[in-house]
Amino acid sequence: MSFGGVRMSVETETPAVTAKEKPKPRPRRKLTLVQRLKRDKVMILLAAPGLLYFLVFHYLPMLGNIVAFQDYQPYLGFLDSDWIGLENFTDAFADPRFWSAVTNTLVIALVQLVFFFPAPIALALLLNSVLSSKIRRFVQSVVYLPHFIGWVIIVSIFQQLLGAAGLLPNVLDAIGLPRYDMMTDPDAFPWLVTLQLVWKDMGWGTIIFLAALLSIDPQLYEAAAVDGASRWRRLWHVTLPGITPIIILLLILNLGNILSVGFEQLILQRDNVGAAAGEVLDTYVYFNGIQNGEWGPSAAIGIVKAIFGTALILGANKLAHFFGHEGIYRGADK
Amino acid sequence: MKGSTVALTSKRPAWMERPTWYGLSLKGLALGFIVLAVLYPFVSVVATSLSTDREIVANGGLVIWPTDPTLDAYRVIFAGGDVTRALVNSLFVASIGTVASVCATVMMAYGLSRRGVTGGRFILMIALFSMLFGAGIIPNFLLVKELGLYNTFAALILPGLISAFNFIVLRSFFMGLPSELLDSAKVDGAGDLRILLRIVLPLSKAPIAVVSLFYAVGYWNAFFNALLYLDDTEKWTLPLILRLYVLQGQPMAQGEAFAGDVPPPQLAIQMAVVVVALVPILLVYPFLQRFFTKGVLSGAIKG
Repeated sequence: MSFGGVRMSVETETPAVTAKEKPKPRPRRKLTLVQRLKRDKVMILLAAPGLLYFLVFHYLPMLGNIVAFQDYQPYLGFLDSDWIGLENFTDAFADPRFWSAVTNTLVIALVQLVFFFPAPIALALLLNSVLSSKIRRFVQSVVYLPHFIGWVIIVSIFQQLLGAAGLLPNVLDAIGLPRYDMMTDPDAFPWLVTLQLVWKDMGWGTIIFLAALLSIDPQLYEAAAVDGASRWRRLWHVTLPGITPIIILLLILNLGNILSVGFEQLILQRDNVGAAAGEVLDTYVYFNGIQNGEWGPSAAIGIVKAIFGTALILGANKLAHFFGHEGIYRGADK
Repeated sequence: MKGSTVALTSKRPAWMERPTWYGLSLKGLALGFIVLAVLYPFVSVVATSLSTDREIVANGGLVIWPTDPTLDAYRVIFAGGDVTRALVNSLFVASIGTVASVCATVMMAYGLSRRGVTGGRFILMIALFSMLFGAGIIPNFLLVKELGLYNTFAALILPGLISAFNFIVLRSFFMGLPSELLDSAKVDGAGDLRILLRIVLPLSKAPIAVVSLFYAVGYWNAFFNALLYLDDTEKWTLPLILRLYVLQGQPMAQGEAFAGDVPPPQLAIQMAVVVVALVPILLVYPFLQRFFTKGVLSGAIKG
């Protein structure tokens, strides 16, 4: 796989080596660091802006988390703000709105896990069972589309469909039922955001499962059919085991994200249902921190959230290993 | 039904049992419902934006097929007000951002595509680890402020300049290019930069196109960064304007266009703004979807 350019060109100067011959152990000429830098300078220079970007916009902000331990005042800056130890953390935990946000986040995440997560799997199985590639392609190109629509547009569309003067209340009205506005019903909020997520990403989510389904050896199906397995038994014994690793991988990744349910989607709709039902951790951090200037406590919550997320990923991965699956690392080192 | 039965079963392997009619119709119904549920809102938004007041009232909201289509709503939003300005801003950010992102991503992906580059492993790890944890909203916001990017278009571009996912897609594509080709160019005396420009780029048109479109759509839709970093309404992009007029229901000034005339209904204007935000995506989507249905990205996603 390696394009060891220079090394290759040095070797090809000895033309005696033919393709059939076993490659001899390379006479590795050790290059000094300066020589190697000289050899690679173009490649390093090309990668340098990217490195700079990741350092500045992904690693440097981590230092900014020190405001979680400060009474941060923007006019004083990082260096002159007072250090107050863990006070921000205790303040944040003492705020009932924080716990309400945690509860809302977990409820929404749970509803999405149960009702959104399986949806792409089901659609992928359905698409996979369609033999005509024309129909399959058509449905695929339709259902991938909403993924590329921004949340502002999606919420606008749902407002027209389900909102007070929208389609659903009018239909209910027409068949003699009371008008119902789902967009402003606090009790329905977790269901509403899950429904929107299904509309947006159910199709897109199938891509990874369809790829996994395609990689199942067709001979397995044939052998199972010859042995008398019905279509449902083939689904159970061939198809599902074939996509289990990818399902587990995505479940683990999902668990890691359980504390960050879609920020854009929720911030757009929080005020429709009120903070009591619509506030999640991310919107709480935004309103409390950036709008109200509570920098310290909000950054503290951000840190707690990141630690929990990482712990959940590692824990879920351990669990997957425990049950004999490869979990996340397979995806990482390939 | 007969036609679709034939089509649905066209390439059935010999060992597979004949599909039952109820199975086929259930599948057809399910797929038909899903396709309709995805397409209906689009059709209805476009139709409503073209409708007159009378029609919207008659339909009690969204219209499916305007009998008397009118472009009045578009005339209002293109009269040079907020929407026009936001459209220009959005186009500007999306085009500059896409060019910057694609250049940075291609350079980085190529720079790290060869094994054994001094420091390459380290840079790669830096990039990949950033996917595992984010710094959080507050530190990112403070960073943008400290860098003096607050209330500039750069704040919409720089914080998301390189997506680790797009970087991985391009890097794995570059690594999959036949090494003989690159080596022979090297033997012929081409430098690394020349190889990138003359050999790698021409061979990578498809993945670079996909990545560009991903970036463009991302910039076009970006709401979070715009909300965080743009204070000045003059600089607002389309998603912010959309939220103001459609979600928060702020009535739009009619301007001079309809003095004395019957102004178009607010709902039609709102839907026209939605359509303006949708059109660029619908225009690029046909180019995008070819790649997904053919599974160009599936290799990258798996690895």
